[in-house]
Amino acid sequence: MLGEGIIKGMLETAKNFAGSFVSADRLTTVEYPEQRIPTAENARVFPFLVYDGAGWEAGLRCVACQICEKECPPKCIYIEKSKDKKPDFVGKMQIYPVRFDIDISVCMSCQICVEVCPFEAIKMDTQFELATDDRFGGLLMDRQQLAKSNEYYHSIHPAEAAEVDARLAQEKTAAEAKAKAAAEAAAAKAAADAAKAAAAKPETPAAGGN
Amino acid sequence: MSLLDTKPEHIEGWNRPPVIEPDGEGELLEVAMGPHHPSTHGVFRMDVALDGERVVRLKPVFGYLHRNHEKIAEGTTYLASMPYTDRLDYFCSLSNNWAYALAVEKLVGQEVPERAQYIRVILAELTRIQNHASTIGFLLQEMGASGTPLMYAFREREKILDLFESLTGSRMMCNYMRFGGCRVDVSGPWLAATRKVVAGLPAFVDEFEALLSSNEILMARCQGVGVLKPALAVNASISGPMLRASGVNYDIRKVDHYGIYDRFKFRVPLGDHGDIYDRYMVRVLEMRESIGILNQALKEIPGGPIMDPKAKLRGFRPKAGEAYGRIEAPKGELGFYLISDGSPNPYRYRVRPPSLINLTVLEDMCLGQNVADVVLIFGSVDIVLGEVDR
Amino acid sequence: MRTVEEIKAAIEAAVPDAGVTLVMNPSPAAQHSLLLQPEKAVAVATFLRDSPELAFDYLSNVTGVDWLDKEIAEKVKVTKSVTKTVDGVEQTVDETVEETQKRVEPGYLEAVYHLYSVALKDGPLVIRMRTANRTDKIEMPSLTPVWRGAEFQEREVFDLYGIVFAGHPDLRRILMWDGFKDHPMRKDYVEPDDFEYEPTAHDEVLKRAQERQASRD
Ligand code: SF4
Ligand code: SF4
Repeated sequence: MLGEGIIKGMLETAKNFAGSFVSADRLTTVEYPEQRIPTAENARVFPFLVYDGAGWEAGLRCVACQICEKECPPKCIYIEKSKDKKPDFVGKMQIYPVRFDIDISVCMSCQICVEVCPFEAIKMDTQFELATDDRFGGLLMDRQQLAKSNEYYHSIHPAEAAEVDARLAQEKTAAEAKAKAAAEAAAAKAAADAAKAAAAKPETPAAGGN
Repeated sequence: MSLLDTKPEHIEGWNRPPVIEPDGEGELLEVAMGPHHPSTHGVFRMDVALDGERVVRLKPVFGYLHRNHEKIAEGTTYLASMPYTDRLDYFCSLSNNWAYALAVEKLVGQEVPERAQYIRVILAELTRIQNHASTIGFLLQEMGASGTPLMYAFREREKILDLFESLTGSRMMCNYMRFGGCRVDVSGPWLAATRKVVAGLPAFVDEFEALLSSNEILMARCQGVGVLKPALAVNASISGPMLRASGVNYDIRKVDHYGIYDRFKFRVPLGDHGDIYDRYMVRVLEMRESIGILNQALKEIPGGPIMDPKAKLRGFRPKAGEAYGRIEAPKGELGFYLISDGSPNPYRYRVRPPSLINLTVLEDMCLGQNVADVVLIFGSVDIVLGEVDR
Repeated sequence: MRTVEEIKAAIEAAVPDAGVTLVMNPSPAAQHSLLLQPEKAVAVATFLRDSPELAFDYLSNVTGVDWLDKEIAEKVKVTKSVTKTVDGVEQTVDETVEETQKRVEPGYLEAVYHLYSVALKDGPLVIRMRTANRTDKIEMPSLTPVWRGAEFQEREVFDLYGIVFAGHPDLRRILMWDGFKDHPMRKDYVEPDDFEYEPTAHDEVLKRAQERQASRD
């Protein structure tokens, strides 16, 4: 019969229409901004810089190695290295960025900077409501705007942040153990030297020693 | 220069469109469809010469979205081009990632671990399903069925995009595959969610078919319109569902066995007439086959690493040489041709865009048809302008 | 799949004076290619398409490559006559010395075609053609009469690389606009100085933008 296919299609539409009153599966829209869907844990929008502790400036993990700047595909990161050094999370003296800008009007949220950073210093944010009426300055994020605490990182990507913390803690213990071993070795050496000096026995160095 | 002034030529033995002689009554009319026509899927123009309602000449005009992706890629590292490939065919970023990763892996002889291969297949087939569903939705939209079929397709697509987001972090710009594997591992809950979505897909395809396949208006508008003969389809390098709708059995998943496609059982749907209806039907059947592949892959997915430990992320420098890698993307054969000169940047980086090449025969299919059918024929090709213009 | 050598032999048997050269590809992909002489290219291409044993009926990809002029420094042994005083007697002796000579290898534009066979499910076969130089002798025959799939792709190569395909039915720019000069994919292409001000406040773009702004004020 002509029109049978159309009627069949109409039935399908009617089923969906009626179904939207009873089944949440068929009613898929939400009324943003009053209603919101929770963001996925892996969601990524723009990068931010992680800091540890209370002060953002002192706690920045970034050591201005500029790897992310080099690898960023649209080249929207700009870093200036510091002249002096400050201690990083294991206490080693490192340089830090005096300027770290990300131009989020150019950034394409690809997260390559996160992948290449060897210091777990830059991570992806989930904040997406960033509209501004200032086209030039408003989208150029500086160091202070980018800095977010480790607690914030934990709140948006809990699983990933826990993994990162574990890795950093491991690194820290390893570094401490190494430092301790080095200190012990130095002490032992000093003691040996002292002992040698006390013996005060002139010694000719072995031939072939370099 | 006006289209009406160009002299159509038909050379014997060449696969050129036939010359249609106007019937001599009245004047010819030249119409520019696009670049802001709602049916052009973006900014694309067709210069059409009409004799009454009949199309006598048609020339596509490209380039409104041209950004010279290839030049950008030649000025940056291999890895940095990966997020740019997302933006070629922005409906299918994961297939684009795979094609590019495949070409680079060929160039350096990189192995991909088992688990990563399965993940790639799962993601590529999900991409294919959402692409085909939306394509059909857009086709119906252009036929005048405004809204309903497209929204049904988008409702389903949304579920798949949610899966992409929870795995890769982004709904459309996934940037997920790496040379020698994938970026993050799939979790148990993610696989469970995927199984749930895949279990719901057959019901969706049934519903879609009940809505459309036997609809008399759709049949009247699509059957016998925009016919493409198999000989011309092969000669004009047409690929993907459009080639198979013309009855040519050529699916790169079956021919090249790239990835691990030889492990899965699936059939290649073929059309009979090469008209719009066959292209529609081939896409519907391909969705069903993809569901079959997904079920097998989700059942068999093994544990293990997702990245070859020998693969390098930073300081990646392939040895000098060249490679061409291609996959069966939802829109057709997507290929990447790379020449390396040993530096961190590719010397030559070329994308073989299925969307552009499938438009080669647009004029052939449209000649002699009514101008209203041009919109439909164009819609049945399935293009994305981000890939056409690159 | 036949090897490239076998295909080369088949071509040479079928097309007299085909002058096909084998170009090896050192990468693990090992997709070696055949370099065709432009004069014989259409005949060879038609043979590749129509021969029932090869049946390369599907042209997958066409692209251009730009190879710049290369300056090659090589060490050459030169024999020179030198006047020397040997044992108090002046003599002219031939002596071999090593010298570094510079030689400029002319660059060329290259078109690369990737062929597959739909009938035999075979491929890829890579064929190439080269122009004589990069400036004036940039013609080569179009393969669009053999494979219609080359139509838009050869137009693209013409647009972005400037290779002129003789016999192409509709050789116009495809991606760039008609009035555009130059070919943007060439390696020595210089970007025009018509950028907009970008908010990226740090690279030389900013400096140039400010200079231009100052000259406008
Ligand atoms: S997310 Fe991508 S584009 Fe954005 S700053 Fe990082 S590397 Fe650059
Ligand atoms: S964010 Fe990471 S990669 Fe970038 S400069 Fe800082 S430490 Fe280096």
